[in-house]
Formats: sequence, structure tokens, C-alpha cells
Amino acid sequence: MLRYALKRLLSLTLSLAVASVVIFAVIEVAPGDPASFMLGVNAQADTLAALRAELGLDVSKVERYFNWVGGMLVGDFGTSYTYRTPVSQMIADRLWVSLPLALYALTLSTLIAFPAGIYAAARRGKPGDVAVMGATQLGIAVPNFWFAMMLVLVFAINLRWFNAGGFAGWEDGVWTGLHSLTLPAIALALPQAAILARVMRSALLDILAEDFMRTARAKGLSRRQALWRHGVRNALIPVLTIIGLQFSFLLAGSIIIEQVFYLPGLGRLVFQAISARDLIVVESVVMLLVFAVIMVNFLVDLAYAAVDPRLRSRT
Amino acid sequence: MTKQRFRLFASALALGASLFATQALAKSDIIIAMQLEPPHLDPTSAAAQAIDSVVYTNIFEGLTRFMGDGSVVPGLAESWEISEDGTVYTFKLRDGVIFHDGTTMDAEDVKFSLDRATAEDSTNAQKALFAGIESVEVVDPLTVQVTLKDPNGNFLFNLAWGDAVIVAPESIENIKTNPVGTGAFTFADWVQGDSITLNRNPDYWGDQPALETATFKFISDPTAAFAAMMAEDVDVFDNFPAPENLPQFEADPRFQVLVGSTEGETILSTNNKQKPFDDILVRQALAHAIDRQAIIDGAMFGYGTPIGTHFAPHNPAYIDLTGNSAYDPEKAKALLAEAGYPDGFATTLHLPPPSYARRGGEIIAAQLAEVGIKAEIINVEWAQWLESVFKGKEFGLTIVSHTEPMDIGIYARPDYYFQYESTDFQALMDTLNSTTDPDERTRLLGEAQRLIATDYVNGYLFQLAKLGVAKAGVQGLWENAPTAAIDLTAISWDE
Repeated sequence: MLRYALKRLLSLTLSLAVASVVIFAVIEVAPGDPASFMLGVNAQADTLAALRAELGLDVSKVERYFNWVGGMLVGDFGTSYTYRTPVSQMIADRLWVSLPLALYALTLSTLIAFPAGIYAAARRGKPGDVAVMGATQLGIAVPNFWFAMMLVLVFAINLRWFNAGGFAGWEDGVWTGLHSLTLPAIALALPQAAILARVMRSALLDILAEDFMRTARAKGLSRRQALWRHGVRNALIPVLTIIGLQFSFLLAGSIIIEQVFYLPGLGRLVFQAISARDLIVVESVVMLLVFAVIMVNFLVDLAYAAVDPRLRSRT
Repeated sequence: MTKQRFRLFASALALGASLFATQALAKSDIIIAMQLEPPHLDPTSAAAQAIDSVVYTNIFEGLTRFMGDGSVVPGLAESWEISEDGTVYTFKLRDGVIFHDGTTMDAEDVKFSLDRATAEDSTNAQKALFAGIESVEVVDPLTVQVTLKDPNGNFLFNLAWGDAVIVAPESIENIKTNPVGTGAFTFADWVQGDSITLNRNPDYWGDQPALETATFKFISDPTAAFAAMMAEDVDVFDNFPAPENLPQFEADPRFQVLVGSTEGETILSTNNKQKPFDDILVRQALAHAIDRQAIIDGAMFGYGTPIGTHFAPHNPAYIDLTGNSAYDPEKAKALLAEAGYPDGFATTLHLPPPSYARRGGEIIAAQLAEVGIKAEIINVEWAQWLESVFKGKEFGLTIVSHTEPMDIGIYARPDYYFQYESTDFQALMDTLNSTTDPDERTRLLGEAQRLIATDYVNGYLFQLAKLGVAKAGVQGLWENAPTAAIDLTAISWDE
């Protein structure tokens, strides 16, 4: 087990190293100089040179790469070119919005998807199933920014139940914070719920055809009992995998929703940093997301190995 | 009535009265939305207009300042004297001005600020404004003498820019995140990505403003901007990004719409050194191929004033030269044929993100196609535009609004991205810079406008409008934008 873990750890380190080179290369290759972006069209050559020196942009790219990686190894993500605040602090601030939003959306999507998927599977081919499947088709097809705009129109502009956007912060209590994240969470959750419901339904249908389900019925369980006790449980494996994927998508992929609701989250930070050529912020945030995904995979690998002895002995 | 009861009764009365009083008092806080968030809060080391919008005259003040109508009035300098030859300015500073950290504002701070802007390692985005300064001397704590290399009729105007505000050596280190100035508002809080809050400065040297706190919120998406205004989440939207929604606000009694002018000359910049644009006939053809009103109507929903040269129409020295490049596609075709392009030619049209460029670009490309010029549209981000178009000069045409006030001087710089090289124009600018007589300056400015218009340097489209939306009760907002600023000192609620 230890050898297996060490081997996985080595491949994790290699993946991270390769990722850091790719991220740095891709972002640095794109045209646009951070200093000229900040100083605008009237900047003089000597002013630009002074600012480049101040930002540490006057050294070679190779040296910059090693400064960046070396800094990250000791937990220093560098200082933003434009904001002039430590990148690690900026990321931490933004996570206080993005992480709860992703969790909120995921909870909502699970709460919608599970009953819908189970209901549809239990009524395969009947009108109830057709209705749920039709609804999920619609949920996947509707762009979430359009849906977000509709939510704002109805609940913020007409009914005035919510603000049209912005984040109230956690200082005034959890409820105030959650309240201001509700519309964006719904907008994010709906398409995810549609996908998840379909996965739940098809996973359940696969299980229902298995031999052990027939055995369960033969032992005298009713359809409903067999479905709940043996079906749903086994169907959870693919569903949980999808939920895991959706979580990382929600964390990194809510850029558009954060724009529509002007939330100060991670997505908006990346968006602003890209247009301002704040390279160090973009690089560090992307690297952090890669790190998160790779770490999750590493833990999953370890968990598989712990559960399945064959994986251990094979190494 | 016992004593105790009476006391109870009295305090109930007082409570009622105070409740009534707070209701009768006008609102003293405001939420102002703007599209872009400032990168940091030092107006003296970046070009971002969002910085000036938040801090100009609110947190930081200069020796002189702009008013909403564009005039330049005394700021921290109470008065000044100019020597006969126009090279020595002696400024008398206001007495009793203190920075937000409690330190006194005196002549040393002025010297520090101006020296910092001109220093070798200065990162001032408008360093050229200060290039003419020979020396800055402290005469006494309230008197500063600035000596110029040559007379400069624009010097007091230049000092009014946000890039020329007075800062203090004591607080300069953290100016980007904790700005300390002399203005009527102090910096309170910045939730990055979300909002900046300013509080009233009780120790301000001038009149106390009506507002107690002001919050700037950053909403970049045009749809979100509309929703935030409609849901009354914000009180004011400075420079509203969606002109198509303005009629709806105009029709709604809850809101007022303010349409003013900016310093932004929106032009079809032309690479004067690139073939075939090095031929004046081709540039002239380009000018006659463009229907300005169609662009203003189509891209800006009618907001904007047509211009025929690189000068703001609200400036007294402006002359209307739109007739010089009137829309005449037949003439454009004839000119192209004369220049040797009877079948037109192909070029590139680089469009930065603002809607005036993206929407305007589509319309211009269609208009150019009418006379045979095929302009390939290339959408670019600002950083890319600066790199390839502005610095690399790799473009045929591009659309940009030049938002710096009084920037006709850029035509005297042959290395500027549209690469116009005219010794006549350069000589004219030299004469202008050393002229202080107002009438003579107006005449020279007129000549300069005419010269670049008849040389057809660029396609002159329209003066960018400033479109503000606010709740009906907000008073004192600037209608025009002589510089990027949201002057909080003038704003109050009428309720």
C-alpha cells in the first residue's frame, strides 16, 4: 500500500510540474504587456521601463518561471500586478464567495435531481418519466445566463424578493449571505440538476436489470422496497462520480453567472485578471484549480486502493 | 402626574420627536455603480479612469481642479502669480489643510508630489504633463515656486488632472491600497471585486458635503447594470453601458437620465504609414465613405455628437468641420479610382471591446464595402490592442475613443500609432505651447483642427456621450465628463 501511495504521489508531483510549465507558457505567450495596459496610451518609454522593473517583469521568462514556482512551494503566490495585494489573500477572499456558492448550487441540484431521477426510473416509459425527461432536456438546453436573467427579472425587478446581484457578505449572518447567493445558486443548479437526474435515471435502470434485483424481488420485496434498498444504493456510484466532477466545474466554471450577478468570486477574479493581463493572478488561480483537481484524483485513487485489494497487489 | 411618570412621558415625546427628525432628514448615503473596478487607488501611477472616478476630488486634490463644466479653478492652491515671461508660477497654498492621517499639507508635500511625478523612476502614466518643469522650490510652508523650461499655456490645466494630485511622503508607501489625501472623503473599505466605501471627512478644509458615506459598486455586465438599476439596488449608474435601455429609464418616473459629453473623440484611426493609407486620396475617400449619423444611430442609439476633426464640440475653440468629410459614397469611389484603386482594396479593422467600437465597426465595415473597401474585422482585447495596434502599429484601421482632454497634441508625435508626420503641424503645436494669449491660442487651435481635417489623418466619427442614470431624487451629478470623476462633494438627495 505504501509503495502504491508513493508511486501515485510521484505521478502527482510530475503532473503538477508539467501543468505549471504549460500554464506559464500558455499565459505568457498571449500578447499584451501588463505594464502598458496599466499605464495606457500616453505612457513614456522610461515610465514603462520603471514600472516593469517595479513589477519584476524586467528579468527573463525562465527566471520569472522559477521565481513563481519557487514562491508557490513555500506558499507565496506572488503579488498581483494591478491590485498590488498578495495573490493568496485575494484567492482566499474570493473562495469565501465561490466555495459556498458551489456547495449551495450542488445541494440544490442534488435535491432536485435525486427525486426526479428515481421517480423517472420507477415509472419508465410512463407519462411521469416522459415529463421528467422532457424537463431535463429543457434544463440542459437553456443557457444558464439566460435563465439567470429571467430569475432576476421575476424575483428581483418585479417581486423584489432578492437583490438583482451582489454579495451581502457573511458579517451580517449566514442567512443574509445565503439569501444573496440564492438566485445565482438556482441558476447554476438547474442545468446541473438536469444532467444529474438523467444520470440517476439511467444508472438506476441499469441496476434494475441486474440479477440481484430479481433475487431481491424473488425474496419477497415489493418493487418499491427493492428499488430503495438495493437499487438506489448501487446506482449512487456513477452518480457520486458525476457530482464530484460537477463540484469542480461549479467552483471554476461560474464565471458567467458571477458576471451576471456581479459576485466577487473566483471566476470574476480570473475574468478581470485576464483582461488586465494580470498574469501572476491568472497563473496562480489556474494552478490552484489544477492542484485541487489533481489532489482530489489522488485521494480517489487512494480510496479505490483501500477498497479494492487487486489495485494494491498489481503494483 | 408623578415625577417618574412625567419623565417617562417626556422621554416618549423625545423619542417620537427624534424618530420624526430622522425621517425628515434627507438621505445621506448613496450607492454609485460603475462598470470597471479600479486596479488600485493611486491616480498618479496608472491610466485606469476607474481610479479617478473614485478618488478625484473625493480623496485626492490637486493645486487646481476641474469643475463639472470643464473650467479649471483653484484647488489646494488658493491663488497664483505667473511671471512676465510665463515660466515661473508662484502658488499660494490654502492654510489649515490636513491629510486624512492628520499630517499638515504644506509646500514640502507639493514639491514631493511634483518631483515624484518627474523623477527618473516615476511611474506616472501622464509623465509628459510634467515634462516642462525645470524645478520646484519651497519658498515658505505655504508658498511654492514652479519654474518651467519654456512657457506653457496649458500648465494650470495640466495640474488639474488626477495624475497631478498632491500626495504626502508619510503615506505614499501604501497609497495603492490605503489612499491618504486631503479631500472631503476618507477611504473606508474595499471589498475587492465588489465595492469601495468612502466616509465624510469631518476635518475637511472646505464646505462639508451633504453625503456621509458613498459606496462605489462594480457591475461590468450591461444586463446586470440594467437589472441593478431597475431593482433599485444602486442609486446612480455612472456611464451606463447599455444605451438601448435609456428610453425605458426616461419613461420611468423613478429615474432620471443624464446625457452629457465626454472628452472622448471617437475616431476611425488610420495607419498613415501603411499602404494604401499613405496616400491622402485614399484617406479622403475613406472619410467620404463614412456616414457618421448612421453610426451614431446604429451603434450608440442616437447618443453622440458628429465631429469633423479631433476636438471636443463643447470646447469654445471648436470649429465644425463635418462638412469637410460629408457622406458621399460616389465621391469616395471617384477618389479611390483616382488613387489607382478603382476596384477598392482589402485591409484590417481592429476592434477593442467597448460597444462603440464593436457595434460601430460592423457598420463602418458595411459602409466601406459599399465603395469597394473590404475591411476584415478583428476583435481584440485591450491588452492585445495596446501590444499589436498601439505599440506594434500592425493594423490598417481601428476604432478608438481618445478620452484624454485637449489631446490634439498627439498629432505632433510621428511615432504615435496612427503615424501622422507633418512638420507644419509640429511647428503649429510648438507655437501653441509657447502662446499664453487666449485669443491667439483659440486661433491656433482652430488652425490645428483644420490642418488634420484637411489632411484626412483619421476618420472623425463622433464625440462620445456620457450617459448617466440615477434615481430621481439625486442632485448635483456631473452631466459632462471633463475628466473621469464622480464629484461626491456636489451630490445630495432631494426628498
